[in-house]
Amino acid sequence: MHDFNYQKAGSVADAVSALNAADDGTVMAGGMTLLPTLKQRLAAPSDVIDLAGVSGLSGISVSGGVTIGAMTTHAAVSGSTDVKGTIPALADLAEGIGDPQVRNRGTIGGSVANNDPAADYPAACLALGATIKTDRREIAADDFFNGLFETALAEDEIITSVSFPSAEKAAYMKFPNPASRYALVGVFVAKTAAGVRVAVTGAGDSGVFRASSLEQALSSNFSASALDGITVSADDLMSDIHASAEYRAHLITTMAKRAVTAAG
Amino acid sequence: MPTVSMTVNGKPVSGEVEARTLLVQFLRDQLRLTGTHVGCDTSQCGACVVHVDGESAKSCTMLALQVDGAAITTIEGLANGETLHPMQEAFRNNHGLQCGFCTPGMVMSAIDLVKKNPKASETEIREWLEGNICRCTGYHNIVKSIQEAAGNMGG
Repeated sequence: MHDFNYQKAGSVADAVSALNAADDGTVMAGGMTLLPTLKQRLAAPSDVIDLAGVSGLSGISVSGGVTIGAMTTHAAVSGSTDVKGTIPALADLAEGIGDPQVRNRGTIGGSVANNDPAADYPAACLALGATIKTDRREIAADDFFNGLFETALAEDEIITSVSFPSAEKAAYMKFPNPASRYALVGVFVAKTAAGVRVAVTGAGDSGVFRASSLEQALSSNFSASALDGITVSADDLMSDIHASAEYRAHLITTMAKRAVTAAG
Repeated sequence: MPTVSMTVNGKPVSGEVEARTLLVQFLRDQLRLTGTHVGCDTSQCGACVVHVDGESAKSCTMLALQVDGAAITTIEGLANGETLHPMQEAFRNNHGLQCGFCTPGMVMSAIDLVKKNPKASETEIREWLEGNICRCTGYHNIVKSIQEAAGNMGG
């Protein structure tokens, strides 16, 4: 790891000014992705600006749906009775991220801002139609995820919370890579007031995406059998040493069926 | 260089570190607390697990500066003089280790589990150990150790 200036921001505004003042600054939330990235020298920022000391960025509140502060850990989400009572699928998703020690440190804001193509939270955001709140605006999940590790965030923009509308039915099913535990394919299905949405992570060439063929089939009949014979094209899916695009395409329908069954 | 201060095993400590110094490097190289191990150095194996303000965390994936002001507990801070912590004692009783390399992380992780879930089932224990890799034992005796310790820790 190359050395850098470490700064602990006292407020979101502090963090934004520190970012703007730095040659090539980066924000750190839980550090569960950033630190391994720095250790591998895949990034070498001049300044690391830690948000851990900023008050008001963590916590969970319920009003209709669930609003989760950006610095809320996965462990806090998975253990939250508020989340379990409102959108249990979200608590289940958080429980399946990494391992207990990663869940004790990793945050929802960090996961969403990083937009790893195999991360779990982007699928929940897209399927539930979440709103990502930043220090300056609100961004719909549909407009937020822009490809591999790319988001709508400006260079100096910081996520403050993520709001999820409640769902009539929802579930997330992940086929984890046996080594990394990241999603080889993860499918989040949600039936909300806005209709049925199916979001897929781990598989897309450009990151998380909505599977329209599955959404159409489920819109008229929200049951696993509605997906019999429905396929997802392998075009635009990832192919790597872990799985071919065709294998991922097959898994998407399989995991979607399991998710629909789990959603009840 | 920046200065970092924290409480380690109940004692206040401080030292000069580079910003990039990992917590595990500070513990091992500066404080000479070499019970905390570095196995994979990629946050997979769990040999480096310590407690940060009571929560288990991988000290190879944290900066020393991130825990400025925090209370850290390492494997060296568990025993009371000659009396082992019930989790350590249970690992000894049940042959919960062979080479011992993963053991400090296993013990620190297991204590966090029993604190949060005193009556964890065998399945829950095995799921909890997702982030702690052992290449010797096949986990069987580790799980037995944790079950025995949970009983002795009042679970």
